[in-house]
Amino acid sequence: MTLVSEPPRRGGTPHLGAVAAQGFGLVAAALFIAPVAWTALSSFKPEAEARQPPLPPWPTTGFSVDTYRSLDQFGAGIGRYTWNSSVVAVGTVALTVLVSLLAGYGFSRFRFPLKNALFVVVMATIMIPFQSILTPLFILLSRLGLQNSLAGLVLVYVTLQLPFSVFMMRNAFDAVPREIEEAARLDGCSSLQLLARIMLPLVLPGIVTVALFAFLASWNEFLAALIFISDDRLYTLPVMMTAVSAGRMGSVDWGALQAGITVMMVPCLILFLLLQRYYIRGLTAGAVK
Amino acid sequence: MSALTQPVPRSLAPARSRPRRRLNADAVAGMLFVLPAVLLVGLFFLAPLVMTGWMSLHNWPLMGVPRFVGAQNYLSVARDVRFWHALAFTVEYTLVVTVAIFAVAFPLALYVERPRALNGAYRTAFFLPVVVGLASASLLWIWLLNVDSGLFSPAVQALGLVDHPRPLLGAFGSAVASIIVMVVWKTAGFTMVILLTGLQSIPGEIKEAAIIDGAGPWERFRMITLPLMRRTIALALIISVAGSMLAFDQFYIMVGGGPQNQTITAVYWIFNTSFVSFRLGYGAALSIVLLVLLLGLSVVQLRFLKDPDGVR
Repeated sequence: MTLVSEPPRRGGTPHLGAVAAQGFGLVAAALFIAPVAWTALSSFKPEAEARQPPLPPWPTTGFSVDTYRSLDQFGAGIGRYTWNSSVVAVGTVALTVLVSLLAGYGFSRFRFPLKNALFVVVMATIMIPFQSILTPLFILLSRLGLQNSLAGLVLVYVTLQLPFSVFMMRNAFDAVPREIEEAARLDGCSSLQLLARIMLPLVLPGIVTVALFAFLASWNEFLAALIFISDDRLYTLPVMMTAVSAGRMGSVDWGALQAGITVMMVPCLILFLLLQRYYIRGLTAGAVK
Repeated sequence: MSALTQPVPRSLAPARSRPRRRLNADAVAGMLFVLPAVLLVGLFFLAPLVMTGWMSLHNWPLMGVPRFVGAQNYLSVARDVRFWHALAFTVEYTLVVTVAIFAVAFPLALYVERPRALNGAYRTAFFLPVVVGLASASLLWIWLLNVDSGLFSPAVQALGLVDHPRPLLGAFGSAVASIIVMVVWKTAGFTMVILLTGLQSIPGEIKEAAIIDGAGPWERFRMITLPLMRRTIALALIISVAGSMLAFDQFYIMVGGGPQNQTITAVYWIFNTSFVSFRLGYGAALSIVLLVLLLGLSVVQLRFLKDPDGVR
């Protein structure tokens, strides 16, 4: 991102203004980070301390993983639910990347009947909230034997990611100069070889963006997971943690809740911090166009 | 553009009929490439969309045979006081939360647009809650808001401001206010980045010319920044309004639609109808009504986006 430079013009006390501006930034940044940091730090308190108000947020009576142990007592264990969420997220990422890579290539480089109409149809689904098709989707998945299965959830998530992902990948292919593939075609490459050997590395940034969005969306999705998964052994983390927050016999295990929230947040935060520029690029691609 | 990209018949091509066959093969290849995406969208989006319309004309129980009832479900929707109440609540929530998000996101965007030390770190910090899921954020804030084991009530008590804090999620006003604060915390960074792209697309020369002409900061903001950002503001508005009109997670997780079912949103009511009462046909009719309302809302906002005299 390019920053617009402005001529320095604030006469008088530029220093004081700059200090005040930095002060504002620090306080605001602290406010935005605080809830996340508070939870992650508190999750390492011993059981008794975790029930107390988190003042201060860090453990004062020794570091402990008690909260994670008690979280593991819920249902089939936290390992099982983390596995479910991971299967759904990795499956969604893999299938979204594969399908949108092929479609992006097709929409960018080939001419065929109804091409524009098909592209518009895929894009138009973004205008329609998926919440309004949940009821028939539930019936459709049961008929296909995909209701109450992680595979069914993956297929729904991939479909929801497609408008954005196909748009991103088509743009990525559009940005690749055509001379490159024409040269390869002369050398006798088939379309598929061309895609795998020559185009793939060139559209890699687009793939990373698509994968990141697919991961965050599927890892965090709640409503469809709540509706389509009825077997509590197949719950994903958000659904399972909602059961934890409802409490057992009227009391909520706050320590377990902090631990579970931390498990849910950490992968998202790490991926975002590592791949931030791909995320912002995906966000602004739609805003600029 | 695609006219130029047509695979040109190479001089190496021996026969006259070759270019035509090549074009067909290319068309087939292109269709095969887009086929998986089109199939998925067709099966898991368009088919359910058509089915929603079809189901809405039926009395459709979970078990047993659906019965065609014509427009009866829609007549019931018109008389469904609880649905309209839920919709009214959703609209009120959308108005308040959208204003709140913009009130936080716009100053943040203006702040991080100016070059200064640590700017990248600030942007990252403001954006961080966006990547935390709405369910995680809701669960996190249930804990922070808890009267005994949370943060706010004990902190306020420790500071001696209140003697006996009340549960924040227990009363309608404080519950909705708490949820709005949570949503602003979670989404302001997103709106900030959208607005930032608009701010950065304003040419520097225009700003400099205005400064030379003696325009003050407020005048420049009103006469230059706002009009030139119309498209970006409209986009951020559409995203925020659409997201808020479909709110479910935070109200389900944080307050269960309570207290006294006062925070049931439109999607929440459809969820209850379809998946708690299992009146699937009626739920489909509610979905269609909500869908039409939202599409209408988007069209109005898109017109605002295109209308050159929309702002002023």
